[in-house]
Amino acid sequence: MSEAFVEIQGLRKYFNVGKNRVLKAVNDISFTIAKGETLGLVGESGCGKSTAGRTITRLYEPTSGRVSLSGVDVTKLSKSQLKAYRRRMQMIFQDPYASLNPRMTILDIIGEALDIHGLAPSRAHRKRRVEELLELVGLNAEHASRYPHEFSGGQRQRIGITRALAVEPEFIVCDEPISALDVSIQAQIINLLIDLQKRMGFTYLFIAHDLSMVKYMSDRVAVMYLGKIVELARSEDLYDRPHHPYTKALLSAIPVPDPDLEERKERIVLSGDLPSPVNPPSGCPFRTRCPIATGRCAEEEPAFREVRPGQWASCHYA
Amino acid sequence: MADLETPRATADPFAPLQRDPSGAERIQRRSRTAWQDVRYRLTTNKLAMTGFWLLILLVLMAFFAPLVWPFDHYTNDLQLNNQPPDSTHWFGTDDLGRDLFARTWKGAQISLFVGVAAALIDLVIGIVYGGIMGYYGGKVDEVMNRFAEILYSIPYLLVVILLLVFMEPSLTTIIVAMSITGWINMAWIVRGQMMQLKNQEFALASKALGASSMRIIFRHLVPNAMGPILVTLTLSVPSAIFTEAFLSFLGLGVQSPVASWGTMINDGVQSMSIYPWRLFFPALFLSLTIFAFNVFGDGLRDAFDPKLKK
Amino acid sequence: MRTMLEVNDLSVSFDVYGGEVQAVRGVSFSVKEGEAVAIVGESGSGKSVTAQTIMRLISTPPGRIKQGSVRFDGQELLSLPEKEMQRVRGNQIGMIFQDPMTSLNPTMTIGMQIMEGLMKHQKMSRSDAKKRAIELLTMVGIPNPESRISQYPHHFSGGMRQRAMIAIALSCNPALLIADEPTTALDVTIQAQILRLMKNLQKQTGTSIILITHDLGIVADMCDRVIVMYAGQIIETGTKREIFRNPQHPYTKGLLKSLPRLDQSKNEPLVPIHGTPPDLIQPPQGCGFCSRCDYAMRICQTEVPEFTRLSDTQQVRCWLQQSQGGIRGGKGASA
Repeated sequence: MSEAFVEIQGLRKYFNVGKNRVLKAVNDISFTIAKGETLGLVGESGCGKSTAGRTITRLYEPTSGRVSLSGVDVTKLSKSQLKAYRRRMQMIFQDPYASLNPRMTILDIIGEALDIHGLAPSRAHRKRRVEELLELVGLNAEHASRYPHEFSGGQRQRIGITRALAVEPEFIVCDEPISALDVSIQAQIINLLIDLQKRMGFTYLFIAHDLSMVKYMSDRVAVMYLGKIVELARSEDLYDRPHHPYTKALLSAIPVPDPDLEERKERIVLSGDLPSPVNPPSGCPFRTRCPIATGRCAEEEPAFREVRPGQWASCHYA
Repeated sequence: MADLETPRATADPFAPLQRDPSGAERIQRRSRTAWQDVRYRLTTNKLAMTGFWLLILLVLMAFFAPLVWPFDHYTNDLQLNNQPPDSTHWFGTDDLGRDLFARTWKGAQISLFVGVAAALIDLVIGIVYGGIMGYYGGKVDEVMNRFAEILYSIPYLLVVILLLVFMEPSLTTIIVAMSITGWINMAWIVRGQMMQLKNQEFALASKALGASSMRIIFRHLVPNAMGPILVTLTLSVPSAIFTEAFLSFLGLGVQSPVASWGTMINDGVQSMSIYPWRLFFPALFLSLTIFAFNVFGDGLRDAFDPKLKK
Repeated sequence: MRTMLEVNDLSVSFDVYGGEVQAVRGVSFSVKEGEAVAIVGESGSGKSVTAQTIMRLISTPPGRIKQGSVRFDGQELLSLPEKEMQRVRGNQIGMIFQDPMTSLNPTMTIGMQIMEGLMKHQKMSRSDAKKRAIELLTMVGIPNPESRISQYPHHFSGGMRQRAMIAIALSCNPALLIADEPTTALDVTIQAQILRLMKNLQKQTGTSIILITHDLGIVADMCDRVIVMYAGQIIETGTKREIFRNPQHPYTKGLLKSLPRLDQSKNEPLVPIHGTPPDLIQPPQGCGFCSRCDYAMRICQTEVPEFTRLSDTQQVRCWLQQSQGGIRGGKGASA
């Protein structure tokens, strides 16, 4: 890989959930993202992927670990230094119905980004800039005076993207940006994100649970399970030659919109549910549902090792 | 060109459609804000609107009746004391011969002023205190909340009596006394709202943009909590009016010759069996005002949260 | 084969401030015994409203069934008194909802919720109902059913709750099971479990299934026949193979094209459907898809096309498929 633009090292985020119980939502994850690259982060609900995204952008204070952006450790920045860094890393949220303040017009929602960083010298300038940004995502000036509830889900998500673009960031964390949208609208948003990346050279961390979209969107993909990354590889490699049994099960569980493929497919159906992250299993976190688990998996936590060039997995038997 | 276009269209319904590419993004529904929604639900609620117009009428009377009425509220006329209502003195006179109609509307001014002033002070302190408490949470919340709880547990009358050691009985004293503990309820309402709203994605988005905590609280969270805040505000006005009446009744409030409904009721009670009109009129208007605020507040609550009702 | 359910020209509206939302506009279809039919569409297409109307779960007002009929096993459901409808619900038609948390009663044990229907509809004794409830929980793959039966919904995980919902829905051996987005709230690995379970149960019991979903992958996995809805109308219907291999409506085609294939690279852009679905408070006069369709013609704006029969099983509602002579032809056959 070329040099790292974003570097996450040993990141942990624990939540106290009362009575000396600790929820290890993100438990020691490390990865890098090169400039202009898209790293997909997939996993099921409760695996910690959204918490990871929010900790990386310092919406949550990390428990430990480093997050560096072009060599500067973001977790060590003071409040005022952080504000300047917020311009460089932005976030797109999951729920387009909750991510826009219902009491503000689109002009004010996007304008706020300009206000906070003093990017608009005058009201007229601010309005013009917002309109320019709206056109960039396929909306128009007429939309600026309206309120969020008047827009459809896809339009709202584009407004959310516009808000992130307003501060001209370099790194964008996309936290499940399409999972709340209808199928016919998802492709609009994905195309827009890819198009913007090509034009402005954004670096993306793309968090999702829809593996086919992640595969399409990402250069490399990291699979999370119970707060840990269990496999990380170039997306073609991950889909063609998954090494971790969880990745294999996950891939085989996606229903493909093709009746013939569906009929031929050997589906690995995992038994059981996700264990509680408050009380994770000993050894390998996946062993309770793993079809190939042995005694060793309960005793010894597998190391995250390179199983093939560029492909990393944490399984004794990968 | 235009002439050619129309006949061809009717001739060939299968001609490809020429479309404005921006048409697909057009919004069809009429623009309507959340506030317009609330207004619609409120204006269609008959009881709430009765309360609303009653309040308007009471306020107008309080301000304009004393200006056009031939009598004032303080001139004594001992020859004409304790007159029952007639065509000159509509509400009769009191033991010093003062016109009760003038005194009732002067009293309305005082009562409404106290109610609104106390509620507004509660509003400001409550929003700031509750906003900070709810947004920061954790230790900050624990300390601030404990302080509020302690204050809330002190008997109210004790506060008033202690206060009277330092201050003369007056309108200001009453408002200060009510404000010492009055804001706590509002603060708790705001705190609850903040806790619900602060993890909404729009608040996180603003944080991700680098907004300060104060900006997030006052630009994003408080406006979204305005519904419950307004309802609490409307319902706290009658309780303030009532408290003022109660304190004045105990003789701790406004001093003669200035009247409030409370002092008038106090005077009236003493001669209730002989001169019932001296009690009846201020008591009637006090009840009407409290009724009006309560039904309007209830209507407002339903308008903000229609789910509560059905 | 017997026809289990026949829906004819069903229209349902909701009265809201500002007008009437015409959620379902003249929907007709039927489900045969033992058949699994998928109703596919995006949010607001009317698919869930259709299902809820069949079960008479629409609250009126604001909802209003404007016209049409729903015949279940020859019996008209829309005119049935509420008391008798309660006998149909749960007993003859079972329903599974999207959110297993809100569709289970949090203050009742799982066992009691299964037994309730059995005792009410099948007049079983308490001990028989309990035995049957344990059987059902075993059947849907819940381990230790004897102890699980006395637990409350919050002791169950999301997947477990959906299994329990399925057990409740199947408790009285219904002839028809309506599953409204049964796996949307679940994770993929749990979804795979639930889908496999539903498939096996259908094989065992021969129940007809109406599966309502937006996920074309699930359709390809689960169903025999597909009904595609858009803007409150059925726009295409056919067997699974016909819909996936030979879709004819531009919307169905667009939907299939907007999904990435697993071998598609980032340099081949997805083909999205532009724009947004119409607002059904002012439904378009003509074809509902007209404003987003790349092939729209003048007539599409003004007149709704009738169904064109493409095969014994496939029908499509699109002007592109109709010969000019057939414009004002008789009413097309229903799905």
